[in-house]
Amino acid sequence: MAERRIRHSPLAHLHLAARVVVDPGDAGARMSERPPRAQLAVRGDSGDKAFVAAFKAGLGFSPPLAANTVVTHDGLAVFWLGPSEWLLVGEVPGEQLAAALADRHHALVDVSDSRIAIGLSGPRARDVLAKLCPLDLAAPALAPGRCAGTILARGHMLLHVLAEDSYDIHVHRSFADYAWRMLEDAALEYGVAVIDGGG
Amino acid sequence: MLLIDCPWCGPRDEVEFSCGGEAHIVRPPEPANLSDAEWGDYVFMRQNRKGVHYERWCHGHGCGRWFNVARDTVSHQVLAVYAMGEAPPEV
Repeated sequence: MAERRIRHSPLAHLHLAARVVVDPGDAGARMSERPPRAQLAVRGDSGDKAFVAAFKAGLGFSPPLAANTVVTHDGLAVFWLGPSEWLLVGEVPGEQLAAALADRHHALVDVSDSRIAIGLSGPRARDVLAKLCPLDLAAPALAPGRCAGTILARGHMLLHVLAEDSYDIHVHRSFADYAWRMLEDAALEYGVAVIDGGG
Repeated sequence: MLLIDCPWCGPRDEVEFSCGGEAHIVRPPEPANLSDAEWGDYVFMRQNRKGVHYERWCHGHGCGRWFNVARDTVSHQVLAVYAMGEAPPEV
């Protein structure tokens, strides 16, 4: 019998779809579950010019080489995770990248189900996050278009600053329930609206 | 609480890091030729300085890189941050 695979959201038990509102009103924080995206972990030496050139050829644009930056291009976000480590999220050109990097020392691993993203936005989004994260969220290091591997409450997160007061919070799926509940608890005093996470 | 200047990510809170203990401990080239006391010294004995201490740190919640830190154990001030393999700086 053929194995049947069903993608199961780690937040399914919270029944967030039933709470989605169209108009968030005056809620200080808007939270959403982002739809599942393909994810690819890339390892290689950013000091090796031939590797960087091959990486660029595989992507079709330059990968982020500066610390804690994100390059977004045609539905694909490339996160700098370390000087030899990147995370691709979205329209991942897997085969194209594998072909381009074939002759270089590298690693490509499909990690699509490892993390989910929670959207947090609204006028008090920064205040919500500041309760749970040790970073200075107003610092230039966290301007829109930047990312940071850091801490959310007692767990790990990859923080993506989309705009001022709009964040995507990528957490490992086993931490998804914890992250959502901690964020919602922190946001309670400002008012929380669950909104649609986009297509 | 320490504020550690990660060579890649910049100043970050201590809770993002893990400490790997004293730096610059070299593994003896021929362990088989050591006495038990010498091997025990390599494995277990560490300095417990009052003042400048050289130690290894890993930015586990950020970029995941290891590096060395010179820290004053009295004031907890981070005096210098330098790459793995580099000689300890004068501080």
